[in-house]
Amino acid sequence: MKLKIALFGIAKEIVGSSSLDLDTPDQQSVADLMRQLQTQYPALRELTSLAIAVNSDYATDDYQLQERDEIALIPPVSGG
Amino acid sequence: MHINLTDQPIDVAAVLASVQDDGAGAVNTFIGTVRNQSTGRRVVRLDYEAYDAMALKQMQRVAEQAQEKWPMLRQVAVTHRKGRLDIGDVAVVVAVSTPHRADSFAACQYIIDTIKQVVPIWKKEEYEDGSVWVAAHP
Repeated sequence: MKLKIALFGIAKEIVGSSSLDLDTPDQQSVADLMRQLQTQYPALRELTSLAIAVNSDYATDDYQLQERDEIALIPPVSGG
Repeated sequence: MHINLTDQPIDVAAVLASVQDDGAGAVNTFIGTVRNQSTGRRVVRLDYEAYDAMALKQMQRVAEQAQEKWPMLRQVAVTHRKGRLDIGDVAVVVAVSTPHRADSFAACQYIIDTIKQVVPIWKKEEYEDGSVWVAAHP
């Protein structure tokens, strides 16, 4: 399936774009996607933390992604 | 609850007015502003980037959690700025109203502390000679 991932802050700088289109197997969990992204962009491993949000909520590792999901990569937040 | 994300200067008085409540004897406010130095470097401005939909949802959720922890909480207002900010600009305002002051201090601190942990907003510090995304690296 095709997944579209929104990128922000330092994650956007590491990937070099504000969004990323990925071809993944149909059965793809959040943990699988995280592994794929960290393999493709090793600099992501050096961040203090990294989370994946699905439909504007933090997603758990075992969540099975769907093509229609709105996916975002969340580098360490620093609001306030 | 009054939850906002804006690229315009925050009207602090309007945020305060939004938590006015006849049943509240206490209003507590936290105002976060942009300071001119960070870890020994001179900051010239900040850039805040937000994942708008999720940021609003998370701020709303934090306010709801505060309401569960302090059921006496009357009103909650959170306004966060995004975009380019200069030194002295207001970046975030949290205001709460409760019947008594102790709960007001506690709820306000809980809300700002939790916002800084979970709300997808990112701060980039611009120095005279470069820039850094805050907290990105250990």
